[in-house]
Amino acid sequence: MNIIDRRLNPQGKSLANRQRFLRRAKEQVVKAVRDASGKRGIQDIENGEKVTISTGGVREPSFHRSGAGGVRDYVVPGNKEYVEGDTIARPESGGGRGGNEGSPDGEGDDDFRFVLSREEFLDIFLEDLELPDLVKQKVKQTESHSLTRAGYSVTGSPANLNLVRTMRNSLSRRIALKRPKPAEMLELEELLRQAEDRGEDPEKLREMRDQLERHYLRSKRIPFIDPIDVRYNRFETVPKPIAQAVMFCLMDVSGSMTEHMKDLAKRFFMLLYLFLKRRYRSVDIVFIRHTHEAKEVDEDTFFYSTETGGTVVSTALEEMQRIVKERYPENEWNIYAAQASDGDNMSSDNARSAGLLRDGILPLCQYFAYIEVAAEHNMGLSALGRETELWRTYKTVQGPDLPIAMRRVRSRREIFPVFRDLFAREKAGA
Amino acid sequence: MTAVIDKPDSLLYDGADWDYDKIKRVYDAIEDIALKDMGLNVYPNQIEVITAEQMLDAYSSIGMPLMYKHWSFGKHFARDEMLYRKGYRGLAYEIVINSSPCISYIMEENTMTMQTLVIAHAAFGHNHFFKNNQLFQQWTDAEGILDYLEFAKSYIAQCEDRYGHHAVERVLDAAHALMNQGVHKYPKKRSLDLRLEQKRERERQEYQEQTFNDLWRTVPKVAIGGNRPSKSVSERKKLLGLPEENLLYFLEKKAPRLEHWQREILRIVRHMAQYFYPQKQTKLMNEGCATYTHYTILNEMHRRGMISEGAMLEFLHSHTSVVFQPEFDDQRFSGINPYALGFAMMQDIQRIAENPTDEDRYWFPDLAGRGDGMGALRDAWANFRDESFVLQYLSPHLMRKFKMFSVRDDAEDPYLLVENIHNERGYRGIRKLLARQYDLGFLEPDIQIVDVDLAGDRKLILHHRVTNGVLLDESDAKAVLRHIANLWGYEVQLVEVSALSDAILKEHAVTAPSGIGG
Repeated sequence: MNIIDRRLNPQGKSLANRQRFLRRAKEQVVKAVRDASGKRGIQDIENGEKVTISTGGVREPSFHRSGAGGVRDYVVPGNKEYVEGDTIARPESGGGRGGNEGSPDGEGDDDFRFVLSREEFLDIFLEDLELPDLVKQKVKQTESHSLTRAGYSVTGSPANLNLVRTMRNSLSRRIALKRPKPAEMLELEELLRQAEDRGEDPEKLREMRDQLERHYLRSKRIPFIDPIDVRYNRFETVPKPIAQAVMFCLMDVSGSMTEHMKDLAKRFFMLLYLFLKRRYRSVDIVFIRHTHEAKEVDEDTFFYSTETGGTVVSTALEEMQRIVKERYPENEWNIYAAQASDGDNMSSDNARSAGLLRDGILPLCQYFAYIEVAAEHNMGLSALGRETELWRTYKTVQGPDLPIAMRRVRSRREIFPVFRDLFAREKAGA
Repeated sequence: MTAVIDKPDSLLYDGADWDYDKIKRVYDAIEDIALKDMGLNVYPNQIEVITAEQMLDAYSSIGMPLMYKHWSFGKHFARDEMLYRKGYRGLAYEIVINSSPCISYIMEENTMTMQTLVIAHAAFGHNHFFKNNQLFQQWTDAEGILDYLEFAKSYIAQCEDRYGHHAVERVLDAAHALMNQGVHKYPKKRSLDLRLEQKRERERQEYQEQTFNDLWRTVPKVAIGGNRPSKSVSERKKLLGLPEENLLYFLEKKAPRLEHWQREILRIVRHMAQYFYPQKQTKLMNEGCATYTHYTILNEMHRRGMISEGAMLEFLHSHTSVVFQPEFDDQRFSGINPYALGFAMMQDIQRIAENPTDEDRYWFPDLAGRGDGMGALRDAWANFRDESFVLQYLSPHLMRKFKMFSVRDDAEDPYLLVENIHNERGYRGIRKLLARQYDLGFLEPDIQIVDVDLAGDRKLILHHRVTNGVLLDESDAKAVLRHIANLWGYEVQLVEVSALSDAILKEHAVTAPSGIGG
């Protein structure tokens, strides 16, 4: 008998089958995921998700008898009162009777439910969303460089001198050229002195002096360290993509913003966060709320505290500019900004906001998304195409080469399509 | 009882934890009982310890240690995993594979007593059944199966690389849909040797590569069928080997538009189906044999003082829940539990052989009082399948014990009719009906390929011989026909014919697929 411990065998043997299954059920899974994300709070989206798909595309059909019609016989255990010839009222729709008939995998037409892991869910959720082309070009530019060791060189600055390599070269050269060792020369000197003291044969003394002389000359001709021994550490510059991003959430919190609008905005921000989180190793979020003045706040305050005041959009843009300058140098960070507003702005501020956006913010940003949230019921007005102050202002800034996109959102259902729209693959700008 | 208290040293293990030494000791003790006392004859054993997740893995690939890749396995895994995670369903204690060496999976979570039970149950009970039952001997090749699976897995992976996932999936889907109709039910001259299968496929490929000559492509093709005289129907059927109930076999050999690799995939699936065919026919006996074996072995171990009272109680607890048979009006009822009936029948056979009543002598003149209960069981295990086993051995005693009765459900009547109950008049009727409940030939619809319209549009014609007026499930039948059409390449028609009157009850047809993947 053999006992084999298989517990340490590679896990996830069925992964390949699972991928095949998901690919097979793709259409339904994508639909299920979209439905689920429409219904749920955005925070939950980060978790795995139980999805239910119809068995349609993943049915495994086989020839089998239908459950109805014909004559069947069953043998069952547990008779208590029946005798031959008794009749039994037909149980309601099968009601647990009947052993062997029915579909072989016991599924019937039920929906098929299973759990998607967090990664799978997000993959499908954010599928075919991509940085717009325009932004991709920017990503290339914003690479920073770092130095990596790349072997040795014979030239370089003294600070990069590699002592070990240098000394190793020098030693081998000295051995190869038979440079007399200092210890040998000291010994010879000592011998000579003793011989002199003893008054040896002058012939022998001269010989020893000659030899010593030759040693001196040789060690002078063969330097301890020669320029050809010297080695320097070599460095190469390697472009390093920036793996961090910062996301600015700008929101108007003046009285005209209702809870509904804030909720819409929140959902949009969450989506953006999820999206960035998957592209960058670390994502910072900065929340800037504004009325007639702007302030950086924490998340809770941002979404839930109320504030009164007018609406001056440029303050938020200024605040963002300041924070970027202070904490997020643009060569180290990918900067994204999303602004949510109901579209109000002081008319006197419009020109200033547009200027700030064009000259100050957009050059910093990878992408600037403006979504205008509206109350659900005043669909009519927007449908008429009445544009708000801010919309009109930002429209003047829009240009084919600028990383800005604007969308209007009225209900929760629209958030995701709008988001997909903004970040859809193969689509430059808005 | 006193013996246990006097000799606590004889205990093989104590407590719930298991380790390899204990398993080794227990295995040796079980082997001793199984081979010497019970006279079992088993393949060499290989016991593999796995985790719960690996158990789920094994579930999804129909219990095989290696399997080719297909989405349906992923689907089953997803469902099983969810059921398990949510606590709707536990995991099996073991899985055992009909191979040589016989591989038994045991789970790391099991207690030492459970491991003992599992080893007795799987490594000896099932193992003995696999090795000795005539169906397995005839239809499966225990030595070759693992190698063949290895070959199948890599062959299909190669096909995926060469022809794309989609094309392979299409063939596999169709083949899986026809798996139940992909077995030879009657033995042929040659027994199956799965090792030869691999060699055959390799040699065929090599031969093709060696003899490849591009010139043949340039030879103008003769229009086929155009000027040939059309043959008579019976001649044509004979040439095609019709009627044929093994649909996969027919398609593999005769489908005109399949590539070689597609035929090979059909062949692989067909071999899988054939390999599992005996298991489907012997569920009741197989489980009965294994349950009887573990019950006997553990009791004997207890008698010899090898396991403690506590372990024995734990064993009895799980044994009784395994062989529990809910009655028909119980919420938990879901058909007859093969463990319960199988185990009861095994015990009954032993009782009849060793301790018969007058009734038994009347019903089983050859068996009653024969004395050697174990020998009688070994005979039964070797020579029967579920259907014939029930027909042969189900005793009135057991029918009374299970209070069996038979019900006739005729869709045209407003009520169900109790036909037989467990009394003198009903025994034979119940036994016959119950046996039929285990007869695959009766359970599975009888579907055959009867003709191909070779002169015309190459329409493939199938017949379903309808018994008892139960038709096929329509939507599934349509879906399977579509799969057949994909393989066949032309129109497919299925006619449901009454077995009694040859009257046509229903027709399904699927048109030719637009393009068959090549």
